Amino acid sequence: MSAVAATPPTIRKTALNPVHRQMGAKMVEFNGWEMPVEYPAAIGCGIVNEHMAVRTGVGIFDVSHMGDIRLAGPEALAAVQHISMNDASRLAIGQAQYSALLYPEGTFVDDVIVHRLGVDEYLLVINAGTREKDFSWVYKNVRESAHPFDCLVENLSDDYTQIAIQGPKAIDLMEKLSAAFVEVPAKELNAPFQTLKIEADYKNLKFYWITEGRTMAVRANAQRLFDSKTLIGRTGYTAEDGFEIYIPSDEAISAHVWYGLLAAGKEFGVLPCGLGARNTLRLEGKLPLYGHEISDTINVWEAGLDRFCKMEKAEFIGREALEASRKEPLKKALVGLEMIDRGIARDGYKVFDSSGKEIGYVTSGSPAPFLKKNIALAYVPPAQAEIGNTVLVEIRGQGVKAQVVPTPFYKRPKKS
Amino acid sequence: MSYPTDRKYTKEHEWITPDVKIGITSYAQDSLGDIVFVELPKVGTELAVGKTFGTVESVKAVSDLYAPASGPVTEVNGALATAPENVNKDAHAAWMVKINVKDPAELNSLLSAADYEKFVNEEAGH
Repeated sequence: MSAVAATPPTIRKTALNPVHRQMGAKMVEFNGWEMPVEYPAAIGCGIVNEHMAVRTGVGIFDVSHMGDIRLAGPEALAAVQHISMNDASRLAIGQAQYSALLYPEGTFVDDVIVHRLGVDEYLLVINAGTREKDFSWVYKNVRESAHPFDCLVENLSDDYTQIAIQGPKAIDLMEKLSAAFVEVPAKELNAPFQTLKIEADYKNLKFYWITEGRTMAVRANAQRLFDSKTLIGRTGYTAEDGFEIYIPSDEAISAHVWYGLLAAGKEFGVLPCGLGARNTLRLEGKLPLYGHEISDTINVWEAGLDRFCKMEKAEFIGREALEASRKEPLKKALVGLEMIDRGIARDGYKVFDSSGKEIGYVTSGSPAPFLKKNIALAYVPPAQAEIGNTVLVEIRGQGVKAQVVPTPFYKRPKKS
Repeated sequence: MSYPTDRKYTKEHEWITPDVKIGITSYAQDSLGDIVFVELPKVGTELAVGKTFGTVESVKAVSDLYAPASGPVTEVNGALATAPENVNKDAHAAWMVKINVKDPAELNSLLSAADYEKFVNEEAGH
């Protein structure tokens, strides 16, 4: 059994880091950030339980490591249209869409969720590991190109604590917190706040829409009051209904909201969830992860993200290359695999055809706690991508049988 | 956490009993998290002390199993193939393989329960 590595000195921490440690979470380094991978079995957690909580009840995640770039000004839309492959002109105020920033080669800088906050105001939420790269890329292409766009480009990544509340009961939890102040049991004797309310209108908040809520935290003798607008998106990375809230990255208010969500969510079976469950949940839903299914050496067609790429837009970075590559046969395609024989396919494992010839590799692989299967995403030649095709995954020197299956592996049940 | 005194331990968190069953400690299963897969050698395979003889997998990671002593595998705990979570439930009862120890002197260099507990506390406190 291998020992735990020491944390490198330059590691970054979110405002909720003390809370994760206080709860006894197993911490790991992820893309330069110290994040919880799972919470203790002693409090009913662990990757499997956390995963199941999100599929059947509700789970909360600290996703503050993700980045936030705000574009605002008369040419904000034009700027977004230039750097993003989806069509942001379709967005009403309060609407969001999945998209990607591309290199001129049609490969990925990052995937992104574009939110329209106002008439000329957009928020791009980006991955943790690509915060600096993305911001430099956006700033360069919007403000420093031959024809700069007339808008601000702001890096708001450090300003927010971002918490994801995910699962079929996430709406019940948020509505409870909106209806009345909730008591939040204090972890310290002189905790700055005692009650919490996050007011928002959820009646009209459809999936992939955002709204402005109001977070209020009070101390009983009313000596301390926190009252601030809060961006709330009905978005997530778990293939479930859910929300992502953006509160100030102040440690005290972040901890209070976190514990408040856990207190209010107890009756719905809420669990704190780490990156381990975040990965198994998104994998079941075939949601891509930068550096795995998408990267700077993979293009939009190979990744199968055609429907988010609006080629009818006259111009965006990468469009020309995509126009050309669209005419050529694909060299590789992303497929879903399900293990037939005993074994777990993992990231980077090689894939062979049934005759033993190497044909590709696993981009992400893991046990799927809800499906109770071992699944993977892999790049293989299009000829091998047919549903039902049998391949071999190399696991510790042995070829283990797997089958190409339809994706996503999991789709949340429609509400009746 | 205290460890059963009826057996010896390694720094890689395996244990070995006098009736020569081998498994991993409760500290190991706690570090690993939910165990989803255990890969064990076939009966007859020769274990070499200090070398890997199988793997135990959690959701997130693959971990090697290191042999506390040398000798051929005489029995394999088949239940772990379908119920790997048994290791989480009771690591000290969930034996993995049984062997014939070739050289009993090898066991002398292993840790007692008390020494293993000390070792674990030091490692955990880093």
